Amino acid sequence: MKNIWIICRKELKSYFASPIAYLLITFFALVFGFGFYTATRDFVRFGFMSQLQGRNMPMNVNEQVIRPLLGFASTVALFLIPLITMRLFAEEKKTGTIELLMTSPVRDWEIILGKWFGALLLYLCVLATSAINIAVLFGFGRPDWKPILIGYLGLILQGGTLLAIGAFISTLTKNQIIAGGVTFFVCLLLWLLSWFTAFDSTGYASVVNYLSIVTHFEGFAKGVLDSKDVVFYLSMIFFSLFITSRSMESLRWRA
Amino acid sequence: MIKVQGLTKRYARTVAVDNISFEVEKGQIVGFLGPNGAGKTTTMRVLTCFLPPTSGTATVAGFDVLENPHEVKKRIGYLPETPPLYPEMEVSEYLTFVGRLKGISSADIGRRVGEVTERCAVGDVRNKLIGKLSKGYRQRVGLAQAIIHNPDVLVLDEPTAGLDPKQIIETRELIKHLSGDHTIILSTHILPEVEHSCQRVVIINQGKLVATDSVANLTNRLRGSEAVALEIGSPNGPLDAAAVQQRLEQVTGVSRVLPREPKDGRLFFEVESLQGRHIRADLARAVVNAGWNLNELRAVGLSLEDIFLQLTGPEKKAVTEAEAVKV
Repeated sequence: MKNIWIICRKELKSYFASPIAYLLITFFALVFGFGFYTATRDFVRFGFMSQLQGRNMPMNVNEQVIRPLLGFASTVALFLIPLITMRLFAEEKKTGTIELLMTSPVRDWEIILGKWFGALLLYLCVLATSAINIAVLFGFGRPDWKPILIGYLGLILQGGTLLAIGAFISTLTKNQIIAGGVTFFVCLLLWLLSWFTAFDSTGYASVVNYLSIVTHFEGFAKGVLDSKDVVFYLSMIFFSLFITSRSMESLRWRA
Repeated sequence: MIKVQGLTKRYARTVAVDNISFEVEKGQIVGFLGPNGAGKTTTMRVLTCFLPPTSGTATVAGFDVLENPHEVKKRIGYLPETPPLYPEMEVSEYLTFVGRLKGISSADIGRRVGEVTERCAVGDVRNKLIGKLSKGYRQRVGLAQAIIHNPDVLVLDEPTAGLDPKQIIETRELIKHLSGDHTIILSTHILPEVEHSCQRVVIINQGKLVATDSVANLTNRLRGSEAVALEIGSPNGPLDAAAVQQRLEQVTGVSRVLPREPKDGRLFFEVESLQGRHIRADLARAVVNAGWNLNELRAVGLSLEDIFLQLTGPEKKAVTEAEAVKV
């Protein structure tokens, strides 16, 4: 158990010892901040407009600002995750340090979990910048915090899944760029699957739709904690980490 | 301590290691010798549980590498050909990480890191980034990570590769020091290193075991006889080389006498004995009784290089024999 923590700490330190962590956090903070600004500005404008027109529509900050923002955050995350996972295994394979890890009294799944967890913690740091923005809303209004929490849970689960897939892809190559590129395409594909099948209800389309990362996130964004979605994400995480461990094992037969 | 039996490692089309068997006792230093691509690194990787064998068994400290890899890994320290270093870490940070990974508790880790840092002489660079270290320091940090958890067995793949002569001597001394408490397997191309540091040698060629024995025994086995180098001087006036040679040839047990270049009136000979005969004492008596100065009498063994070339290249053997006869 403590081996997982040892490796997780090492990954985090590596991330923050290189520019990558700071770049990701800054980039996300800027992009999300811009989105946040746009959303709240439009919200306020809409509020004024409807007041001027005497209509007094019920304005729901949660529904009109936070939900689209969380959706926006999940899309931006799509671009970040390949950058986080690309060096997880590819670099170790390239420099030969994977040999150190695999000849130490640490089990393969401990290595994988440690690395995945380190990546997840970095992802959480990146998401934290968005939480700062949303916290500001509480100073000016009274949004409901429960859906927000559920929304973040969805972001974390979705992120965890993509990070696990990225970790698997990272075990396939020594070249970080290839790992990053392929991860990006896979994430994109999973994201687009929901678009392709949005209006299709044939059998195969439903299956494809089920596989999309986005489909399952929608519930969380609305503030609905559906166990079906949680199970989907958890099983995807487990499956991805499992094939990562198989891939690691296969390294021993190829070397 | 280490027992390898019938070890075979096959990849899709090649056989990297073909039916190798050897044993290493506790506390010994064994040298692994072989040309490039012979299978040394593969064998080491099997011992350290990085690769599983295709067939055959390997046990370390009684634990099988397939059945109990976890136990084996606890007891082995491994230094691969390129030390597995993280360039973005500092030396002490790296050693702490590896130490914890190998099972050292957080209470002991500080002390252990300090000890190996001293032992491997990397104290001056303990706070430096590994990426900025020179090759010599990197090799030493690599060695430090191999010994940090005080393993029973050390597997070192070319530990002195790329070091300058002073560092090579220091590393060899360190390895010699470690040999009592640890069992060491050392793979190398540098033959003098094996001669100096190792008690036994395992020679591998093209995946097959060619020879395994102590250096002395190998020499005897291959030479089959004793060779003695003589330097003879004269107390009064020049010597007749032919007469001296004739006298030497008459000593019992001598198979042949090879003259070498004389220098400043002194004569040099290399005398070979028949199989299993000891001739040094008789030679000394013959020279002194004939009234000549015996300046030097020295046993000449087959160098490990000769052994190596003989065992790993039959065509080379022909060349060296022809040269020897000519002189």
